Amino acid sequence: MKEVNITELERRFQEKIDNDIKIEPRDWMPEEYRQTLIRQISQHAHSEIVGMLPEGNWITRAPNLRRKAVLLAKVQDEAGHGLYLYSAVETLGADREATIDDLHTGKAKYSSIFNYPTTSWADMGSIGWLVDGAAIMNQVPICRCSYGPYARAMVRVCKEESFHQRQGFEIISLLAQGTPEQKAMAQESFNRFWWPAIMMFGPNDADSKHTAQSMKWKIKRNTNDELRQMFIDVTVPQAEMIGLTIPDKDLKFNKETGHYETGPIDWDEFWEVVKGNGPCNKERVDARRKAKEDGLWVREAAMAYAEKRKVKNAS
Amino acid sequence: MEKNTNLFEYVLRMGDDSLILGHRVSEWCGHGPILEEDIALTNISLDLIGQATNLLEYAGEIEGKGRDGDAIAFLRCDREYKNLLLVEQTNGDFGKTMMRQFFFDAFRRLLFERLLKSSDIQLAAIADKSLKETKYHLKHSSEWMIRLGDGTDESHSRIQDSLDSLWKYTNELFFMDEVDFSLIKEGIIPSMDGIQEEWLVYVTSILEEATLSIPTNNWKQEGGRIGKHTEHLGFILAELQYMQRAYPNMKW
Repeated sequence: MKEVNITELERRFQEKIDNDIKIEPRDWMPEEYRQTLIRQISQHAHSEIVGMLPEGNWITRAPNLRRKAVLLAKVQDEAGHGLYLYSAVETLGADREATIDDLHTGKAKYSSIFNYPTTSWADMGSIGWLVDGAAIMNQVPICRCSYGPYARAMVRVCKEESFHQRQGFEIISLLAQGTPEQKAMAQESFNRFWWPAIMMFGPNDADSKHTAQSMKWKIKRNTNDELRQMFIDVTVPQAEMIGLTIPDKDLKFNKETGHYETGPIDWDEFWEVVKGNGPCNKERVDARRKAKEDGLWVREAAMAYAEKRKVKNAS
Repeated sequence: MEKNTNLFEYVLRMGDDSLILGHRVSEWCGHGPILEEDIALTNISLDLIGQATNLLEYAGEIEGKGRDGDAIAFLRCDREYKNLLLVEQTNGDFGKTMMRQFFFDAFRRLLFERLLKSSDIQLAAIADKSLKETKYHLKHSSEWMIRLGDGTDESHSRIQDSLDSLWKYTNELFFMDEVDFSLIKEGIIPSMDGIQEEWLVYVTSILEEATLSIPTNNWKQEGGRIGKHTEHLGFILAELQYMQRAYPNMKW
């Protein structure tokens, strides 16, 4: 009897998905759908929070007051995105702090791009232009994701991301058209971020173990390779327009397909960084863990004080 | 002319307070004790950098030598920065950062309230814009005083240590010299006397509620207002000015 019910529930669930009806927190959902969303949304939240570090790095060294204010506002937005996304994770019955602990123990992943260092001011341009640009490609389709809270959070996130992308492009194009030193700074940064940015879409479709099921559930609406191609097609002409050279001697435009074709992507590097062997993996996770450990006494004090107030108000 | 020199100096002092404290608070970005506080600290820093921009741009206008806010913020030597010693002190733990903020916010609120009536229209406008955010900052820092002071034994002892170590810098908040005296006479800025009393009443009431004790050692450290700083400012400037010094005369 129970078996039949579950089959029936699954059928109705899939029917809703097929009819583009949003799944809400109180609706029945298969356990694997729930777990997939917890994994994906918490990784997304962690990426926002870890992503604050490589940019936070340059706030004290921003070259003028306007850039400093814009960078602060941008990093603050990222913290805000992290907050909505952790809230979305909580609607699935997961505990925010437990998912954060998974990040700190290395069990949960975050976007590998943040394991690369930001060594020049131009990297603030590259991150906005390429990294946020790639993130938008990934996230715009999630606005139509089958899970309501994630889809709605993504609508707001995407609006802010497009502002981030524009400010990044503004930084890099100003440099690319600036003095010889600035131009060199822009190109050097672009050389470092181009390949990691196109790897942000994840492994090729043939090697992506979650894609098929996620597409069926409409958690994901496009494959990794489709999104990567869209990003490349948009970004190459932008780079050419501002006079930067794509660091790929094999790059060519295929007139028949209307798409750019890149040289081979170094997937060994990608998997090494995912495994934890990128240039900054340890620094990033250590910084997050340290923030939590150093803040323990503050959180304990806030709880103790709240408890005292409760007792006082009750008496 | 004399008035302009004094007004320039005064606006510069205020602008430097916002700039250097904004810089310090921004060092927290990504490292706060909880995500909500990370957002709050970044927001406070952003407000302070905004104030610094308005004030230093205005200082440049008063000076009339063609320097804009960026030239003033990034291209002076250490002795030319006129911020309070308080604001350049290191962040320490979250409690020390909040203690520094609390002393400063309590002062700034009283100052901005009075500057609303300044005969200098631009200064009154900046005060109006800054007062609203300063009230939020003060509410935030005051609440943390109480939570940390009256929280756990550990938080009480940590925040008391911060109070003990920062108290000696608070007298400088009320520093006055001929710059101030002449501007007071012209109705451009308020006298510090009333402000100091009111500040002490407010600060004492919050610290009492927080079960903390104000140090009895009244030794004072001053110097920032005349450009004599602690060792910390040089390191702040090394970061703040890095791009402008390494790549001079470029647009960013």
